[in-house]
Amino acid sequence: MIHMPRVSLDMPAIEVTDLRKRYGQVDALAGLTMTVGRGEVFGFLGPNGAGKTTTVKLLLGLARPTAGSGKVLGAPMGDLATRRKIGYLPELFRYQPWMKAREVLTLHGELIGLPRARRGAAADEALRIVGLGDKAGETVGKFSKGMQQRLGLGTALLGEPALIVLDEPTSALDPVGRVDVRGIVRAAADRGAAVFLNSHLLSEVEQVCDRVAIIDHGRVVASGDLDDVLGQAETQIRVTGLSPSDLAAIEPFGPPTLDGDLLAIRPMDAERVPDLVATLVAMGAKVHEVRAGRSSLEQRFLALVARDRPPAGTPSAQRLR
Amino acid sequence: MITIAKLTIGEAARRRVLWVLVILAAVAVGLTAWGVSALVGSARDGGVSDLDIKFAVSQILIFIAFMFGFVLVMTAAFFGSPAIATDLESGIAQAMLARPLRRSSYLLGRWLGLAIVMVVYAAVAGFLAIGAVGLVSGYYPPDVILPVAYLAGQALILLSLTVLLSTRLPPIAGGSIAVVAYGLVWMAGVLGKIGLAIGTTSLVTVSDAVRYLLPTDAFWQGVVYGLEPSFVINSVGDEVVARSSPFFAAAPPSNAILAWAAVWVVLVLVLAVNQLRRREL
Repeated sequence: MIHMPRVSLDMPAIEVTDLRKRYGQVDALAGLTMTVGRGEVFGFLGPNGAGKTTTVKLLLGLARPTAGSGKVLGAPMGDLATRRKIGYLPELFRYQPWMKAREVLTLHGELIGLPRARRGAAADEALRIVGLGDKAGETVGKFSKGMQQRLGLGTALLGEPALIVLDEPTSALDPVGRVDVRGIVRAAADRGAAVFLNSHLLSEVEQVCDRVAIIDHGRVVASGDLDDVLGQAETQIRVTGLSPSDLAAIEPFGPPTLDGDLLAIRPMDAERVPDLVATLVAMGAKVHEVRAGRSSLEQRFLALVARDRPPAGTPSAQRLR
Repeated sequence: MITIAKLTIGEAARRRVLWVLVILAAVAVGLTAWGVSALVGSARDGGVSDLDIKFAVSQILIFIAFMFGFVLVMTAAFFGSPAIATDLESGIAQAMLARPLRRSSYLLGRWLGLAIVMVVYAAVAGFLAIGAVGLVSGYYPPDVILPVAYLAGQALILLSLTVLLSTRLPPIAGGSIAVVAYGLVWMAGVLGKIGLAIGTTSLVTVSDAVRYLLPTDAFWQGVVYGLEPSFVINSVGDEVVARSSPFFAAAPPSNAILAWAAVWVVLVLVLAVNQLRRREL
């Protein structure tokens, strides 16, 4: 007998403390601590083998932690009744190849306890959202990988779950599909669902997530709002005719550094770039190039995961996912 | 569990292999009926007594049951060995087990669905064969239901074993082990009978032990006993060669071994559930 889940709205969607998972001699997770709030889109980033999929499996009760604890929607990880409120797209997405797309969704509707009368409509709605509305009667075995991934996303959206766990949700999708997924994720978050997006596609995370955590060696190495993790905005200007003594005059824009002909001001509001250029020109300097923005997630990611990385080929460099 | 059982039955029904098996069984029944009809016709023309014809037809029916029993066992191994393993390898199981679905419900649902398919297949093909032979020869075995039930029981035991193996082993390995185990137990049954007939106690003891380990042979004895007319049992008496034959049974399987078979199936399924629960997905 499965009782209705008691989903507590004031509890975080996910809260894990010092979660550890060991496979034989290998630490897949080495003390993972993180919190994911309600209604937020949380990006979980890491290189291959960092422990991303292991984390997802622990959250869903598909694997058991070696140590540590965690709560999902206020209940212990893997709690049977709570799984009714969790949508999941696995990294290895495969659905009964002999079934029709709509049948897969009604099956999952039955598994999450949707009333029989609502299953058909819920399946049709999910298929429509993921762009498979006209494929409802087609056999899954004949679907392309991209279509199967869309179908998996559809199953994850069934029943308006409070938490949607997506493990590499666009790995098989073309650029159009990726844009669609971003829209679907944002729409789910707008409805109040928390989305846990496991990905190594940095641009995807950068464009859709409210907060991110970067995981490496089974530990969170950085987490927070995108701005926190990416670092502050900076402006880089290639300029000639400027001496170090002139820097004091541009300090009102932000702390400047001059390296050869490269002037960097960090942090600096990008809105003030035209004023800065006008000031430099008025001082007699020649401006050749201006770049405003912030370090990309990719740069930040590479900088974070490069730390403590042993040389390739050493035993500790070979880890489980 | 019922959801998964229904899913499993739907899967079997949509697999072409099941329909191929059904068609092959129908063809085999047709050919057998034709063969028996021709044999009985020519025997009657040759003045063979009705009793001898009855004896011959009963033996043919037992051979048919043997062949069909083997097909059923192979089918059970074929369906049972990928039941869990393939779903786990492909990821289909993970998508479902992340739902509020107990691993026990998933495994028992898979078993129940396949068990229903096996029993229906055994019943349809079994009754069809007995009916067709009876129609053309006039011989109906003393018991029609029990031999078919024993055939189905034998298949269910093999199905349970393959489902257990499927929680840990790839489909081909699990299926092969189950079929080989079935063959060994059948041989142990034959050797045990020989041991009993010639009075070799050690052979009988080993045979009994093996037959309890995988209790399919008792069911085969049940099939034979149900299909042979009583005058065959009475006429064999103490004849060693006849008593040693795997195609002769002097008595139905004991209630003890039938009860053990039921307990065995429960134990194997409990073990299978336990294996699946402990497995990291």
